[in-house]
Amino acid sequence: MYKYMLFARALDAKMLSLQRQGRAATYAPLIGEEATQIGSAFAFRNQDVFVPNFRQHGVFLVRNFPLENFFVYWKGYEDGGKIPATFNGTAVCVPVGSQMPHAVGIAFALKHMNKDAAVIAYVGDGGTSEGDFYEALNFSGVWKAPLVTIIENNQWAISVPRSKQTAAQTLAQKAIAAGIRGVQVDGNDLIAVYKATSEAIANARSGPTVIECVTYRMSMHTTADDPTKYRTDEEVAEWQKKDPIARVKAYLVKKSFWNEDMEKQTNDEQLKQIDDAVDKAEQFKPDPMSMYDNVYSFMPEVLKEERDAAAAANSWQ
Amino acid sequence: MQMNMVSAINNALDTILKQDPAAILLGEDIGKDGGVFRVTDGLQAKFGEDRVMDTPLAESGILGASIGMAMAGLHPIPEIQFAGFMYLGFDQLVSHAARYRMRTRSSLTVPMIVRTPVSGGVRALEHHSESPEALYAHVGGLVVLEPSGPYDAKGLLLAAAKLKDPVLFLEATKLYRLFKEEVPEDAYEVPIGKANVVRQGNALTIVTYGTMVPLVKSVVEDKKTDAEIIDLRTINPLDESTIISSVKKTTRLLIVHEAPLSFGVGAEIAARVAEKAIYELEAPIMRVASPSFPYPDPGYEKYYVPTEKKVADAIDKILSA
Repeated sequence: MYKYMLFARALDAKMLSLQRQGRAATYAPLIGEEATQIGSAFAFRNQDVFVPNFRQHGVFLVRNFPLENFFVYWKGYEDGGKIPATFNGTAVCVPVGSQMPHAVGIAFALKHMNKDAAVIAYVGDGGTSEGDFYEALNFSGVWKAPLVTIIENNQWAISVPRSKQTAAQTLAQKAIAAGIRGVQVDGNDLIAVYKATSEAIANARSGPTVIECVTYRMSMHTTADDPTKYRTDEEVAEWQKKDPIARVKAYLVKKSFWNEDMEKQTNDEQLKQIDDAVDKAEQFKPDPMSMYDNVYSFMPEVLKEERDAAAAANSWQ
Repeated sequence: MQMNMVSAINNALDTILKQDPAAILLGEDIGKDGGVFRVTDGLQAKFGEDRVMDTPLAESGILGASIGMAMAGLHPIPEIQFAGFMYLGFDQLVSHAARYRMRTRSSLTVPMIVRTPVSGGVRALEHHSESPEALYAHVGGLVVLEPSGPYDAKGLLLAAAKLKDPVLFLEATKLYRLFKEEVPEDAYEVPIGKANVVRQGNALTIVTYGTMVPLVKSVVEDKKTDAEIIDLRTINPLDESTIISSVKKTTRLLIVHEAPLSFGVGAEIAARVAEKAIYELEAPIMRVASPSFPYPDPGYEKYYVPTEKKVADAIDKILSA
């Protein structure tokens, strides 16, 4: 798990640097949220379905999403959003909270088809203010759906702090109104997140659970954001002391499970994997015609005419 | 067998539930109650609560959960009680149902049929009478169907059940019990994306759909006009070629719909005909539609929805041009 935390942070750093060089589109960094993402992702069984919003890059790594596709997607091409059959998950979902009804629908379907599987869905603290969040929780309770909702409470919804998001004392307590289980864990404690998620998955056949992981967005909302406008360096420094990677590392080193040589070797291997994937992604050549071909299961006559005209005019050359 | 549109749709849903174990109906009051228009009457008793399911009252939840079910291998057929309430779930249709195939390069798809009653003329409360087809047709990625009678309703619904796409199936409440037609008890399909030439003629082409089809037919019969009447049946994707070839033959075009005039389906058709057949027209294209503001309360609806007289006047004007 620790290696995946390092992997996630290395991936994040690479994406930021690519974005700053103009080689990637807007990106949402995950730094600070590694324990929440990796701890929960390791609790998944193969058959469990992952429903992300847009910041769960660490979970994508644990679920073996093809790295090359990851870079193609964040460069701005749907081709990278292709979901491999073995991935067992849905696509990046940008409208905050709107993935939650999908998650409960998938959970219903799994139960309806008598599959021993659960859905693990992610939503941010901001997302818990959306109507779709409440509707999905309510549906999950009525249907006793095998749904585990991870609230990745990173304290900030772009510039709006947790205190302005809701007067509720915790986000986990929102489960109570839906008549389902709700727990709050230290989202920077890898083992606590893993344990809570594993228990929720084990209990999923009897119904849904909401897990609020209290963590911190150590960086910007996305590369288009400047957090110095709305939060203090002191606040960030306080949370840096609780860096989830430093915490696990200190423990592992103390127990002599880990040392600097191992860390360097792991970093080198991961960077090579990342660089290889970036190299492959850079070779990607978009095909404008592929946009037209992935709208319907069939090609309508009127759309074919637009497609043919575009191909003939070649107007993007 | 003689059926009205309610029985024809009920019969089609019954067929789909029998044929496809992945099909599932969900919505508000569709179970024991059989839906507020009784379209799903008896289906829960026959197929069980697992397959014909009452849901909590939440349109976005119903549509979003249906999208999830579809991605997970089911074929959901959600009912939204009235099109006027579907805006609460608009985001799910526009942001997800319409985009998932594109977003994932066809690796995840959303086969589902959203059924909802549309249009007015039944003296219902506010929000129970709108004709929002243009909103959904404009998005792209959503197939939008609107039958004008029992035979087409069953055939289109059975065809939609085979599509791997999100389909909006708009049911005009006024047509639910207006008339009966001979509807085969066996399964058959009405092709999606293909308009129906309801009546052949040479004097002008009238393109219409939904509630306006019987009205236009009645006007044309009364006036003994040699009109060619085209019932779109599928709004998106539009059957442009049937319209263009008819207009080239008749050289005059009138479009009639119940939805408001501005930015409507009629504007789209007029633009396409202008692009492809303007030199063959002998009169300006005309549209008859409701005025460009939201549907009024029932007391005013007779002044709002296009009337036979309004259509008759338009025909006279276009023929004398």
